Amino acid sequence: MIDNPKNGMSLLVKTITRITVGLILLFGIYIVLHGHLSPGGGFAGGVIVALSLVHLILAFGREAKVAKISMNLASNLESLGALMFLSVALLGFLGGTFFLNVLNKGLPFKLFSAGTIPFSNISISIKVGVGLFAIFLALIILEGTKRKR
Amino acid sequence: MTLYFLCLVLFCIGLYGVLRKRNIVKIIIGIGIIEYSMNLFFVLLGYKLHGRAPIDAQNQDILNMVDPIPQALVLTSIVIGLGITALLISIAIRIYDKYGTFDITKIKRLKG
Amino acid sequence: MELHLLLLFMIFAAIVAVEVKDLLSSVIGVGAVGFALCLAFLILKAPDLAITQLVVEILCLIILIRATINKDLPLVIEGRWVFNTFATLAFVAVFLFFAFHALKELPSFGDPIMSVVKRYIAQGKAETGAVNLVTAVILDFRAYDTLGEATVLFASVIGIMAVLRRPGRKKIEEKNHD
Repeated sequence: MIDNPKNGMSLLVKTITRITVGLILLFGIYIVLHGHLSPGGGFAGGVIVALSLVHLILAFGREAKVAKISMNLASNLESLGALMFLSVALLGFLGGTFFLNVLNKGLPFKLFSAGTIPFSNISISIKVGVGLFAIFLALIILEGTKRKR
Repeated sequence: MTLYFLCLVLFCIGLYGVLRKRNIVKIIIGIGIIEYSMNLFFVLLGYKLHGRAPIDAQNQDILNMVDPIPQALVLTSIVIGLGITALLISIAIRIYDKYGTFDITKIKRLKG
Repeated sequence: MELHLLLLFMIFAAIVAVEVKDLLSSVIGVGAVGFALCLAFLILKAPDLAITQLVVEILCLIILIRATINKDLPLVIEGRWVFNTFATLAFVAVFLFFAFHALKELPSFGDPIMSVVKRYIAQGKAETGAVNLVTAVILDFRAYDTLGEATVLFASVIGIMAVLRRPGRKKIEEKNHD
């Protein structure tokens, strides 16, 4: 992290990162999907997904393939997440009021239950995760081409 | 009662950091400590002695849960605190690029 | 009892974070306050908050360390330092005195009033179908507040991108490639 060289960290860190990035991403998706059954929800899961991408860039340096995702793609994905959340809210108009929970409630303790709550969780996790990753990219990547004045 | 008072002492330490320090990063750290103390105070208000977490379990009838409404409000507040800290740090980085120092007594030029 | 010890540890770590001259040490002090807060949330039976506070604290530490590497400041005592410090401490003492008398009006610790929540606890699982009551509150009963929070996060991301944009970045990259 200090000086953030173009090649990233040592070989040991890179080898371990190949294994752990997938596990952290899977754990984040699990916390998002089970938000209505166990503690967690959209915000915690979204931050964990962002942390897995940050882990990849910190280990492999600025030249990693993930860092080539331009700022435009990250902004578009974040706006897509916000628009999905708004459309779930407007879906409540089918029942009568804004944000009404209109889908089938199902049985408790099952994964497919609780109406529109899982869709809200997924859209919030996309928005928070990609947004925080875009903040990290702006702070780290855009620093490299300055101090020439 | 002493727990609430200790929370406000933590708030005052953060307030002292905001008022008296000359380094911008110390001021941002003071604002972060104020946020932590207020989140803790809110959750302390809703605790019930020998209560349980506000999650149902199968085949059990849970009678005394702690209050879930302060927890829902503080969940929002934690993530907003992260956004505030990130924006303040980016402004501090730009100030360092332009003036070469973090000292607030030297950032006085109104032109250029 | 454990809560008193945790709060005393947090006060000590906060004093270290605000007073130490080295910037990296004060960032580590803020990290200690954040992790002790996560433990306090676990003791107060709030698992959602503990998970969220832990991961947000890690990300906040990464961002703070990025800004403070190799940028320190020598301490200079100048002018009316004694008068300013005593004025601030007097203000803080008056504030704490009045706060102590105001805090006596609150209900005692461990005995909340809970008049609004009775309906949510009694009918939350039947009305929303969600077992986790905190998720049911933030995404069904009070979903408008969550929309407001999503807007605030969106505004902060746009603000950071606008502040850190550097015009002429492509020209500098072309000069480097030559």
